[in-house]
Amino acid sequence: MKLKKIIAASSIIASSLVVQMAYAADTIKVGVLHSLSGTMAISETTLKDTVLMMIEEQNKAGGLLGKQLEPVVVDPASNWPLFAEKTRELLAKEKVDVIFGCWTSVSRKSALPVLEELNGLLFYPVQYEGEESSKNVFYTGAAPNQQAIPAVDYLMDEIGATRWVLAGTDYVYPRTTNKILKAYLKSKGVKDSDIMINYTPFGHSDWQGIVSDIKKFGSAGKKTAVVSTINGDANIPFYKELGNQGISAEDIPVVAFSVGEEELSGFDTKPLVGHLAAWNYFQSVESEENEAFIANWKKYIGDDKRVTNDPMEATYIGFKMWAKAVEKVGTTEVDAVEQALIGIAVPNLTGGTAVMNANHHLSKPVLIGEIQEDGQFEVVSETPDTVIGDAWSNFLDSSKNLISDWTAPVSCGNFDVKTAKCSGQNF
Amino acid sequence: MLRIFSVLIACLLSWQTLSSEAIAAAESKLPSLFKQLPSTKLSKMKGLIDQISATNEPQVPATLEYLLNGELYYLKANKQIVRAKVNANKRYELTDVLTDTPLEAVTKSAIKKIKTNNALRGKIRGLLALLDLTSADKDIRIKAVKQLLDKPNSTGITAVTALVNNEPDEDVRELMSVALLVNQLLNDGYEAKLAAIKQLKTSLEPAVKNAMSNQLEAIADSTSEHDKTLAAELTKALADIDDRKGIFEFLETLFFGFSLGSVLLLAAIGLAITFGVMGVINMAHGEMMMLGAYTTYVIQQAFPQLIEYSLLMAIPAAFLVSGFVGVLIERGVIRHLKGRPLETLLATFGISLILQQLVRSIFSPLNRQVASPEWMSGSWQINPVFSLTYNRLYIIIFSLMVFVALLMILKKTSLGLHVRAVSQNRDMARALSIKSDWVDAITFGLGSGIAGIAGVVLSQLTNVGPNLGQAYIIDSFLVVVFGGVGNLWGTLVAAMSLGSINKFLEPMTGSVLANIIVLVGLVLFIQKRPKGLFPQKGRSAD
Repeated sequence: MKLKKIIAASSIIASSLVVQMAYAADTIKVGVLHSLSGTMAISETTLKDTVLMMIEEQNKAGGLLGKQLEPVVVDPASNWPLFAEKTRELLAKEKVDVIFGCWTSVSRKSALPVLEELNGLLFYPVQYEGEESSKNVFYTGAAPNQQAIPAVDYLMDEIGATRWVLAGTDYVYPRTTNKILKAYLKSKGVKDSDIMINYTPFGHSDWQGIVSDIKKFGSAGKKTAVVSTINGDANIPFYKELGNQGISAEDIPVVAFSVGEEELSGFDTKPLVGHLAAWNYFQSVESEENEAFIANWKKYIGDDKRVTNDPMEATYIGFKMWAKAVEKVGTTEVDAVEQALIGIAVPNLTGGTAVMNANHHLSKPVLIGEIQEDGQFEVVSETPDTVIGDAWSNFLDSSKNLISDWTAPVSCGNFDVKTAKCSGQNF
Repeated sequence: MLRIFSVLIACLLSWQTLSSEAIAAAESKLPSLFKQLPSTKLSKMKGLIDQISATNEPQVPATLEYLLNGELYYLKANKQIVRAKVNANKRYELTDVLTDTPLEAVTKSAIKKIKTNNALRGKIRGLLALLDLTSADKDIRIKAVKQLLDKPNSTGITAVTALVNNEPDEDVRELMSVALLVNQLLNDGYEAKLAAIKQLKTSLEPAVKNAMSNQLEAIADSTSEHDKTLAAELTKALADIDDRKGIFEFLETLFFGFSLGSVLLLAAIGLAITFGVMGVINMAHGEMMMLGAYTTYVIQQAFPQLIEYSLLMAIPAAFLVSGFVGVLIERGVIRHLKGRPLETLLATFGISLILQQLVRSIFSPLNRQVASPEWMSGSWQINPVFSLTYNRLYIIIFSLMVFVALLMILKKTSLGLHVRAVSQNRDMARALSIKSDWVDAITFGLGSGIAGIAGVVLSQLTNVGPNLGQAYIIDSFLVVVFGGVGNLWGTLVAAMSLGSINKFLEPMTGSVLANIIVLVGLVLFIQKRPKGLFPQKGRSAD
């Protein structure tokens, strides 16, 4: 009697397990690792919604490999170590097939060891400082040569700038980018005395002294431009102060790498008009794909005033590429998908094609836009061709000999072309 | 007057240096040049603009003006160049720029803007500067002369020479003579150069300094006697200018320091009351500021046509909102934790998180846009190297007003008397039939209300988002502790000196290091004088 009960009970448990497994096998799990609370929530929530929209669209179109996609959303709460824990949770417990996530470099660096240990797959959609190429990460945002360097070229050639202020928030992305830019400017014959570098803490709001310094620096009779890697929040008081001290975009133009449509939507844009931003995508670009994307987004989010931005495009491209690669190899197994992704091409939103290169970075066009009163950008310059993302900058001594190539026979994220060695130090 | 006019016409005719054949040939050129406008790439536009301005046609200045203001469009259908202005029902009123005839209004989709960029607009402004020299508006004339100072050209100098003696406004006249002197310094003979240096010595215009250094560089290696005298004079003049500039730079930094100090004062003064008088460590103080900032936002949303007065309305509203929330917190939580500072700290920290999340849920985690009224933007230009931004100036005055008002409340009213009595000796005050509970609630409300007012001010300086308060809470505590707990004058001195120290360090160390140095210095100071600058005297102070 007792035995029967046990057998019955265990069979129920077993069958329910089977059901669960069968259910699990019916969906492909997509992890979403974006902060939904804390300081980064302002930017990252949008990307979470973008991934969810893409999943919904994919499911409406019949899913992937005949299965439905199932999003698994976690909240790492803008807390860098928590990104590692949440990555582990997604890979080990939820057994997701792919992760879309991270914004700041420090959060990506926190998740990386876990990704490599458990062989996960991460799509990282934000512009970053480069100097990294992991087998388990695909970088769909811009590397410095796809944003910073073309922007400096524009200022130098079209605006005629000869004196430079490199202003940034004090963390890894601005510091590395400015190091690359300084080396680049010097290679173009700019003197040390014509470069001013300034760092400020996160969320800096008292810009009077710095703006006054920039004004003085810019009154030396040479055309001066500011290259700003100032992080989102600190920007509005910065531009406000520029306006108040009477510096217009024609006197001293500021080109920013972190100011996009989303950031501007919280701004009083008056003091910003005419200043510049460099991205790979602007909402104002006219193309069929872009119009469809914007319409879908507004419908999905149910708000006609919401805007689209560059990291959203990067998320869109990453998702489309992943889906195409999975369909190509017929499995979601990470190693197969990783190899299949290299060479995959999907339409980008600006009317061209994005190609995934062997170094896990994209080929993208670079656009320079001027800020308009309505918070949108007017494109004033566009590279004639797409630019291949360079994982290791050629302008830094420590990385100029390094290349990344994840195809055989190199299969290495940091191959030294001089010594023909792979150090294995991918980040 | 006629003479000036004729000179000006002459200048306009020689709009760009061009030969007479070019003028003759240009007669029919304008329409064909206009045809190129829609298809020309931005990088090629400079050349096209040069060609257009070289035609000297009467339509040119107006066309360039439209292009500068982003009003120049073309019809998608036939590439006709038009000036478009949006009217009340979102349609665009068109004027053909060649013939100056009005056309039928169209929708946005029928026309496309002719693009410009910074460099192009700068160029057009230079071309138009000549016209602006005779503008009726003084500011436009000043801008035109400044343009000429930055990019000197012979046509401009001729025009200014003709205009300078009849210029009615003294500021413009002075600037014009500076421009002429700079020209004299760069282009004339030895005697004239010496004379120019003598007169320019007192000018602080950046262009003067640049012209002098350029001149000095140009003759640095020359061995001629004249050049040596010139070089000596130039070096002396440059040193003079630098000396005078140094004084104004010091004043500017002092102003920056006081303005940072006044923001700190506003943020900390509410805390000085709750922390200093009641001894409550209120971690939600920053969120009271945040509520004040959001009150400003709500008021601007509610009365969109009254942006100019929105701040004046927001000040009492923010005081009431934050004060009310403050009283609620005191009645609901803090009074139950009396005498348990650690628990009070944790509870108020919890409240701060709740308030942040509440705002996030109601207003979204995105920053909200608070507009600055017109009178809060721009700056008061005292001389070419010294200007005070209006918003900071008003904030300094306002924070001092709040300070004085608070001082009056505490010193001259019966409420203030009660508050001081309770803070000095609670038991004795109760024995004298002061309702200490009631005083506590009012005091906390007052402190929170002032934090709300600080929030209105912060909405003009920084982002209005759920995290606004967190950025200021630490600074506020620092100011209160540095100044001496419970002492308003101490808070004033502490805020102003912390602000100034920070701003004087910043140019030398960078703002990150400046913050650290101030913090370390403060810790050492507290080691030496644990009670701050002005320790409170009283029985409960020990």
